[in-house]
Amino acid sequence: MARPRHLSEPRPLQLLLILVALAYMGLMLFLPLGAVLVQALQDGWTAWLDAVREPDALAAIRLTLLVAGISVPLNMIFGVAAAWAISKYDFRGKTLLVTLIELPFSVSPVVSGLVFVLLFGAQGWFGEWLAARNIEIIFAVPGLVLATVFVTFPFVARQLIPLMTLQGREEEEAALSLGASGWQTFWRVTLPNIRFGLLYGVLLCNARAMGEFGAVSVVSGHIRGETNTMPLHVEVLYNEYNFVAAFAVASLLAGLALVTLVLKSFLEWRHGDELAAARH
Amino acid sequence: MLMARNSRSVLPGFGLSFGITLFWLSAIVLVPLSAVFAKSVTGGWDEFVAAALSDRALAAYRLSFGAALLAAAINCVFGLIVAWVLVRYDFPGKRLFGAAVDLPFALPTAVAGIALTALYADTGLLGAPLAAWGLPVAYQPAGVVMALTFIGLPFVVRTLEPVLAEVSQEAEEAAMTLGATRLQTMARVIFPTLVPALATGFALAFARGAGEYGSVIFIAGNMPFRSEIAPLLIVTQLEEYDFAGAASIAVVMLLVSLAMLLVLNLLQHWQRRRLG
Amino acid sequence: MNLQPPATSASVTVKSVSKRFSSFPALNDVSLEIAPGEFMALLGPSGSGKTTLLRVIAGLEVPDAGQVLFGKRDVTRVPVAQRGVGFVFQHYALFGHMTVAENIAFGLTVMKRSDRPSRPRIAERVAELLALVQLDGYEKRFPSQLSGGQRQRIALARALARKPSILLLDEPFGALDAKVRRELRTALRKIHEEVGLTSVFVTHDHEEAFGLAERVTVLGSGVIEEVGTPEQLRASTNGFVRRFLE
Repeated sequence: MARPRHLSEPRPLQLLLILVALAYMGLMLFLPLGAVLVQALQDGWTAWLDAVREPDALAAIRLTLLVAGISVPLNMIFGVAAAWAISKYDFRGKTLLVTLIELPFSVSPVVSGLVFVLLFGAQGWFGEWLAARNIEIIFAVPGLVLATVFVTFPFVARQLIPLMTLQGREEEEAALSLGASGWQTFWRVTLPNIRFGLLYGVLLCNARAMGEFGAVSVVSGHIRGETNTMPLHVEVLYNEYNFVAAFAVASLLAGLALVTLVLKSFLEWRHGDELAAARH
Repeated sequence: MLMARNSRSVLPGFGLSFGITLFWLSAIVLVPLSAVFAKSVTGGWDEFVAAALSDRALAAYRLSFGAALLAAAINCVFGLIVAWVLVRYDFPGKRLFGAAVDLPFALPTAVAGIALTALYADTGLLGAPLAAWGLPVAYQPAGVVMALTFIGLPFVVRTLEPVLAEVSQEAEEAAMTLGATRLQTMARVIFPTLVPALATGFALAFARGAGEYGSVIFIAGNMPFRSEIAPLLIVTQLEEYDFAGAASIAVVMLLVSLAMLLVLNLLQHWQRRRLG
Repeated sequence: MNLQPPATSASVTVKSVSKRFSSFPALNDVSLEIAPGEFMALLGPSGSGKTTLLRVIAGLEVPDAGQVLFGKRDVTRVPVAQRGVGFVFQHYALFGHMTVAENIAFGLTVMKRSDRPSRPRIAERVAELLALVQLDGYEKRFPSQLSGGQRQRIALARALARKPSILLLDEPFGALDAKVRRELRTALRKIHEEVGLTSVFVTHDHEEAFGLAERVTVLGSGVIEEVGTPEQLRASTNGFVRRFLE
C-alpha cells in the first residue's frame, strides 16, 4: 500500500531504509537458504541423489512422514474441539485455558522431549510398568509422536480460536432452529466457515512436525534406520563429517519449508480476511 | 479451577469438545510438565539447588539468556526497519521478501544450524573474512547470538506489521498540521504506539531464543562454561543418566518460560489499552 | 484570560483549483474567497469534493492546478506543517498514548528550540485552552477516558494551541449524538467569536451549516454551485441547491 506523499519519508531516506532491510533479510534469510542448496549440490546431482536414496535416508523420510501423519491429525481434532469449546460457550477460566494451550510454544524443545523421558523412560514414573509389559515408548515411534504432538500442540487451536470467536454462534443457532442436528450443524455450517483457517493451521503444524529437532532428539535414541527422523538423520550425517549427504537431506527439508511458505502466502493472499482474525 | 460452566448457549457439544480439550491438554502438556517438577526434587531441595545452580549451569543460563537478549535487541532494531519497509513502501520483489520473513518459522532448526555453520565457519563465505578481521563467529558465543538472531526475526516483524498498518493516517496528519516535522511525527506519534508491539516481539523472540536448541548446537562449539547453552546441558545430563539434574535445569528454564508468558499477557493487556 | 486574537486572522483565497484522484475529479476549477474572521461552511453531499477542498486549503492535498493564498501569501507549495492552520479531524485523531495536556501541548513542543515557549508557559497555555473548551482540570486524563464530545473539544483546543490564523474543521459533529451536537455548536460559535479567527468547516447537514456559519458554500460533484448567506441560499433559484436543501 503506497502512502500519500506528505505522509512519507523523503525519497533518499526511503531508499536507505529499503536497502538496509533488504540487506538484513538477504544476510539473515536468503544466504543460509542458499548455503543449504549450494552445499547439497557441490558434488553434483548424482551425489545428491545417492544421499537421498540411501536406505537410512529413505527410512528417515518414511519415519518423518509417519510421525507427522499421526501427530498432525491428532492436533487437528484437538484444535477444532478446543476452538469449539472456547469460542461457542461462556465459562470461567477461559483466558487461563487459552494460555495453557499456548504454553508449549514457550517451552524449550529439549524440555518438551525430557518430560516424556521422565514419564516413560526406563527410570521414569511408568518405566517399570511399561518394561514389564514390553511396551516401548521412549527410543521408539510412540515417544517421537508424543514429543511431536507436544511441540505442535497449539498450532491449529490458536488459529481457530480467534477466527471462531469472531464468527460468533449466530449461524450455528440459525442452523439448529432450522432443525439441523449438532453434527449436521458442525459439518455443514461451522466447518465450511473455518476451512481455510484450519488448513492454514494444519500447514504450519505439519511444517513444525516434520522439522522438529530438539524434542525428538531427546526421545529418539538415534538408532540409524529405526528412530532417526529426517532432521536427526541430518545431524548424524553432519557429525560423521558426511557434509554432502547431510546437506542433501537438509535440502529436502528446505524444500518442504519453501513449499510451506508458498502455500502459506497463497492462503494469505486468497483468504486473507479469514486468516486475519488470528493475527491480532 | 476452570469449570463453573454457565454455558448459556443452546449449541450442543460443550461436554464433548470441552472434555476432549481438557483431556488432551492434561495428557500431553500438564501432566508431563508436572513430572519435571516432581523429578527435580526427588533428591531433596539441596540436591535440586546444587544441580540447578551449579557453576556450569549458571554459565549455561548466562549464555542462553544473554545471547537471547542480545539477539532479540538486534532484531528489534532491524525488525522495525524491515516491518516499516514492508508495510509502508513499495519496491520490486516486496511480496517475495514479505513471505521470506517466515523462513525461520518454516525451516527446520537443524537445517538452519548446519547452514549457518557452513556460512560462518572459518572456511565459510562470511566466516573467513570475519575471522581474518579477528571476529570469529562459529564455535564462539557470537555464533549462538547469530543463530538466535536468525530464529527471532519473524517474531518481531510479524508482531509489528499489523500495528504499523493500523497507525491512523489521521493521527499522522494531525501531527503535521500541528507543525511537526516528519521526524518528529515518527518519533513522537508513530513510535510510541509501536512500543507495546515492539516489547511483545522482543519478549517472544527472547522466549524462543532462550530455549532454542537445534539451530544453536552446530554453530556454538559447546564448550562447558564457555559456549554451552542450557538446553544442551540438559541433554548432556540425560546422556549421563542424571535425570534429576536434567530435570532441575529444566525447571529453571520452565520457570523463566512461565514468567515470560506472564509478561506477554501483561504486554497484550497494555497494547489493547493503548489502542483502545 | 489571555486569549488575544492571532496576529493575522487571514483571508483565504482559492484560485481555479483542480484535483483528480486516480480517475475521478474531486475538484474541478474551484475558486472561493473567504474573508478574514469569517465563519464559512462547505456544504454538499458525499463525493461533492468538500473535504478535498478543506484538505487542499490545509495543505494535506496538493492541487493539480490552481493556487491557495492566505492573505497575500501564496501557500500552494508550502508544506502543511508550515502553513499555520489549525485542523480538527473528523475522528479527532487524538494521540492515544499522550495525556490531554500532552496532546494540546504537542504543537508547541515540536517548535524549534529557539521559538518554543518555556515549560511553565506551555502549561499555562494548556490551562487557558482547557478553560476555553470548558474542560478545566482534565490535563492528566487520557483520550480513551473521554466521551466523544469531550474528545472533540480537546481536538479543538489542540488545533488552537499555536494560535493559527485559520481554523479548519472536517465534519466536526459527524460522530456525535444530537444533544452533544447542539452543545458543541454553541461552544464553537462562542469560541469563534472570542478568538476571532477565520474558520471553515465541512458538513453534509444544511441545518448545521445554516445554524453556525455566516456564509455557506454549496458544492456538488467537484464544482461550487453557489456561495451565500443562509438567507440568500434559502431563496436560491439554483436547481441543485434547492434539491439539496429539501
